[in-house]
Amino acid sequence: MGGGRCVDVGDAADGTGTVTAVAGSPDAELEARIGQWRGYMQRHRAISPRDTDELEDHLRDQVAELEGAGLSGDEAFLVAVKPMGGLDEVSREFAREHSERLWKQLVVGRGTPDTSTARSRRELSVVLGLAGASALAIKVPALLGLDLSTDGGFYARNLSLFLLPFLAGYFAWKRQIGLPRSLRLLVPPFLLAAVVANGYPFAGAGSTEVLTAIHLPIMLWFAVGLAYVGEEWRSHHRRMDFVRFTGEWVVYYTLLALGGGVLVGLTTAGFDAIGLDEFWLVQEWVVPCGAMGAVVVAAWLVEAKQSVVENIAPVLTRVFTPLTVTMLLAFLVATLATDSVVEVDRNLLILVDLILVLVLGLLLYAVSARDPQASPDGFDRLQLLLVISALLLDALMLTAMLGRIAEFGVSPNKLAALGLNIVLLVNLAWAAGLSVGFLRHRRPPAISSAGRPPTCPSTPDGPPSSSSPSHPTSSSPDRSRGSIRVAIPPRLVIAPAGTARLRSIDISGWRLPDGRRP
Amino acid sequence: MRIDKDLVAASATPLVLGILADGESYGYAILKRVNELSGGRMSWTDGMLYPLLHRLERLCYVDASWRVAPSGRRRKHYAITPAGVAALAERRRQWAVVSGTLERVWAEAGALTWAMPLTGPAR
Repeated sequence: MGGGRCVDVGDAADGTGTVTAVAGSPDAELEARIGQWRGYMQRHRAISPRDTDELEDHLRDQVAELEGAGLSGDEAFLVAVKPMGGLDEVSREFAREHSERLWKQLVVGRGTPDTSTARSRRELSVVLGLAGASALAIKVPALLGLDLSTDGGFYARNLSLFLLPFLAGYFAWKRQIGLPRSLRLLVPPFLLAAVVANGYPFAGAGSTEVLTAIHLPIMLWFAVGLAYVGEEWRSHHRRMDFVRFTGEWVVYYTLLALGGGVLVGLTTAGFDAIGLDEFWLVQEWVVPCGAMGAVVVAAWLVEAKQSVVENIAPVLTRVFTPLTVTMLLAFLVATLATDSVVEVDRNLLILVDLILVLVLGLLLYAVSARDPQASPDGFDRLQLLLVISALLLDALMLTAMLGRIAEFGVSPNKLAALGLNIVLLVNLAWAAGLSVGFLRHRRPPAISSAGRPPTCPSTPDGPPSSSSPSHPTSSSPDRSRGSIRVAIPPRLVIAPAGTARLRSIDISGWRLPDGRRP
Repeated sequence: MRIDKDLVAASATPLVLGILADGESYGYAILKRVNELSGGRMSWTDGMLYPLLHRLERLCYVDASWRVAPSGRRRKHYAITPAGVAALAERRRQWAVVSGTLERVWAEAGALTWAMPLTGPAR
């Protein structure tokens, strides 16, 4: 860290506030040190960049004062940085206050490093064991004579039963729920699902079977969620964590699937080239078993390597939100341009349902990855546009769907599509309402995990005239300029001027209960 | 003299609210004021002040806003809210009871002379 180069602390850290020191000046070294200190601070996830800004301002004030007293920049930094406190200590204190930043639970670690590494080593074997068990489970029906190509219906209906119990088992182990409790918690939903999936007299390849195959995994995913949140299913933080987990799991699983696909493709091509036909092996074993095992492995990766995806997923949301808005608007215009709205194809309706699920997912992810304390910005407005265009599209499709039902009567498919659509409509409408409220400063982010009260009772958005500055204890809040000034006459609520000098515990101005001076 | 850290923690909220009741301020100035008021004898870990301020903000006792300081840096200012004023008044009542009780205990034990250095002149 010599003084020979230009150090740009603000940009290096988070892009706010650029402080550039001229190369070679004595300030350069100080700036470099502060930059380094910022770097250390930001490695602690309980401390947000804005908090670091605040702490840095403090540090710089202290340094400036010490420099004024005659210390060199370097010395001043050393003296000033010590009372800032140990990073771990300060970070823990921040973590206690901002627990929502800590859903990764990485700062306030549990247990000593020794036990945690032992546990993480054991975790790997548990994960591999469960992944292997899940991979083999899919081959068990084959032993009973059920073939993947001829009994597709059986496999489709039961797929989730070969996968999700292992995933739920992993979380039951990970959250240390305990065997009897996990059995009580998890066996009923999976047992019920197994009975329904195999007991119901499905017509061969009928729509009810297709609907079951689609919806059973979704139902059972919530059973996994039950294991994921452990015993805290009443806590909305934990439920939100599960939503995040779902998004990240999808990202990880897709990455694993892509990698696996490339690997399988290369291997097949390689074997082909040397004239060996191993296609049956790939088709019968490698692909199905790999796809099954990857489910648990992806979940483990999400749990273990959260920080990686945490950086990717918000970026993905940022990229795809504007693109989705464009797509939705284009789709909306195209639908309106073709006159026969009522005769839209059923597949189109189902497709629209899927688009709306995507929109809801984008929205949920964006909201859950958002800093609850940041004020609304352009991206929040874009999100509102996303929700509104989705709502318009949904309203259009709902009309079409009702038209179809009126014309051709009810079928399981239409009923399911309709039900899904109504669920999505309610969700999106609610999200739009919350989003509007947030943009107008009334409420915190729609599904914030901050646990803030909706609004501070003392800082209303109401007319400023409701509290005039002349009133002794009232305030004159004015959010429109982005700041609030509270006018309190000096010395109204604190001790008389003569006693303001606090000495350890100064009680000279106070009275004993019986009225005597102490 | 070192003040016990539990005592520092317990007195931090009323102290910060009391300082803010005097007019809005920011972290560094608040700490300087504490230092000045206690004659340098109440030492806080500087970094600890900010989580406390954030907690007071969450409880709606203070309001925060980012401003640009004369130095050109962004600085977070805190101002007390009516709810904060009320909380401060409540804390004062509680402290009065605690310290009054302590004083009586010490007076009755005849140990007041021993406790005197506590209220001695500031450095």
